[in-house]
Amino acid sequence: MNKLYIFLKYFFIVVWTVFVVAPFLWALTTSFKDFQSVNGGVTYIPWVDFEPNLEGWKVLVKSPAKGGVDIIEPYFNSLFVTCTASLISIILGTLSAYALSRYTFKAGFVKNNDITFFFISQRIMPPIVLSIPFFLFLSSINLLDSLTGLIVVYIVLLMPIAVWIMVDFFNKVPREIDETALIDGCNPYQAFLKVVLPNSIPGLIVAGMFCIIFGWIDFFFAFILTFTEVQLLPVKIVALNSSVTPWWSLSASALVSVAPLIIVAFIVERYLSKGNLSGAIK
Amino acid sequence: MDLVANNLSYKPDDQYHLNEVSFNFKEGNLYTILGRTLSGKTTLLKTIAGLLTPDSGEIEFDGKNFLKIPVWERNVAMVYQQFINYPHLNVFENIAFPLKQRKIDQSIINEKVMDALKSVGLLGYENRKIQELSGGQQQRVSLARSLVKNAKILLLDEPLVNLDYKLREQLRDEFKNLFSKGLADETILIYSTTDPRETMELNGEVIVLDEGKVLQVGPAKEIFENPNSLKVAEISNDPPMNIIEAKILDNQIRFEGIDVEAPQHLSKLTEEGLKIGLRSSDIELNENGHEFEVELAEISGSETLLHLKRGDTKIIVSIEEVLNFKIHDKVKINFKIDRAYAFHADGKLASSPFGGLNG
Repeated sequence: MNKLYIFLKYFFIVVWTVFVVAPFLWALTTSFKDFQSVNGGVTYIPWVDFEPNLEGWKVLVKSPAKGGVDIIEPYFNSLFVTCTASLISIILGTLSAYALSRYTFKAGFVKNNDITFFFISQRIMPPIVLSIPFFLFLSSINLLDSLTGLIVVYIVLLMPIAVWIMVDFFNKVPREIDETALIDGCNPYQAFLKVVLPNSIPGLIVAGMFCIIFGWIDFFFAFILTFTEVQLLPVKIVALNSSVTPWWSLSASALVSVAPLIIVAFIVERYLSKGNLSGAIK
Repeated sequence: MDLVANNLSYKPDDQYHLNEVSFNFKEGNLYTILGRTLSGKTTLLKTIAGLLTPDSGEIEFDGKNFLKIPVWERNVAMVYQQFINYPHLNVFENIAFPLKQRKIDQSIINEKVMDALKSVGLLGYENRKIQELSGGQQQRVSLARSLVKNAKILLLDEPLVNLDYKLREQLRDEFKNLFSKGLADETILIYSTTDPRETMELNGEVIVLDEGKVLQVGPAKEIFENPNSLKVAEISNDPPMNIIEAKILDNQIRFEGIDVEAPQHLSKLTEEGLKIGLRSSDIELNENGHEFEVELAEISGSETLLHLKRGDTKIIVSIEEVLNFKIHDKVKINFKIDRAYAFHADGKLASSPFGGLNG
């Protein structure tokens, strides 16, 4: 029984690992192939099955004039837009969440929970519903096809996530901690900055992670709200797919685009396994 | 420097949390707020601290209108019934926090924090994380944090209630020591509790609070000897005072077919609806006594609490011994009737064995 359990456990771990890792391996090998190796049947092992070359990767950094696609600029555009929008969303979201958690708001029948739901409801709508209003809004303030415009839109999309996670988190921090800080001579701002915030780091990290992921993977709005001036990475990658699909450079760019998320995941995982995420507040 | 309150009321929903509460607290004294849960003790303390604003009424401290001063400038200290500390700071940093907030010199902070650690018996723990401490130790840290400020008003909100029995006794003794050692003569100490024993042991001025209303104010001894009403008698005794509906006729107290000769201080009360109050410790087992049926027998510590019944009359007897009884056993008891209280039908004290309102 016990042996069977161990066998099944490892069996499923192996199956799941293959399931998760295989696409990456596939992309990795493909990125070193050329036209012939890709179309010449199923091959896996470099130097044995096919002759690896760096053409797929080189194309990504070459300027279009030299026949490349240059994803460097879209890459940094994406990084900049995602990080800026996430940071602003976290700051605004945390402040709103703290207010929603600690103070009572009332405007007619609208109370705290309704306001929280209003934030979340922005994410319940299908994005397509928002596309036309966003388009008209950005064009009216002349921010179509610009990084600033994208940041504004992403804040609208990401802040609800931050609010949602942080309201829940602050509700779990006992109010008495804020009160004790007030009694110990902090004004409300100091109480928030010196006591509540340091105890909310785990929540901030989780919220930040979600913001970065959702910002980074967005294709839809980046596609609709930009044309020629500015391009984000997901749009650029899709644009690679022209008459002859260059599987090698597509694979290479896919790997490059996942890299930041993998780095974020590793950092958060380190933090998680140190046990810092739980037990900060009893 | 007195802390004076006038007609404080606070009614956030349809129930009064504070109802016309007035008091006059003088420096260097210990005040105990005694009341059951939800009687408004915490609300009162939070109002004094400034965390709540009353709907009406005034608080003055040192002649200044306290309600106009925000919490962080009031120089009060408060210990909660939950063990509230700053989880992201270690023991030393926790205690130093209020001093740092005042921008005091680091060397003075070190000295003061060490003193405070010493007085709560936590020397050597200064680098521990809060989460590594036991409940009792956490509560000591929060006590040390409130002591270190030399606050003029120290509020303790049921500080022992979440501790286990042993620790509670120990910490209560330490509290008494700390308080009596003169926590500077300028401090007003306000201690809230549900436990009558704690109240008696701390032996300060007692304010009995119920449903947000002050029922009685006086020294602990006075509250114990002459509770001014049935409610106070219930709140200030644990187990609550036994209340027996009885008639006094021909110098005999009569209830459930039992006749007991009325002691002198009760003999002149002949009105209808009289209630006789008798503490559970003023009833004893006696072979020649009156027969009652055991409804429940619980052993707590070295004491046995017997819940007895006869007809419609239910009483609790506490015996300083561990005894085993079965449910429905018959026991015989005797009343130390000369220690009985009498209350009018409206709950007011009619007569007490200690001379309050004697016949």
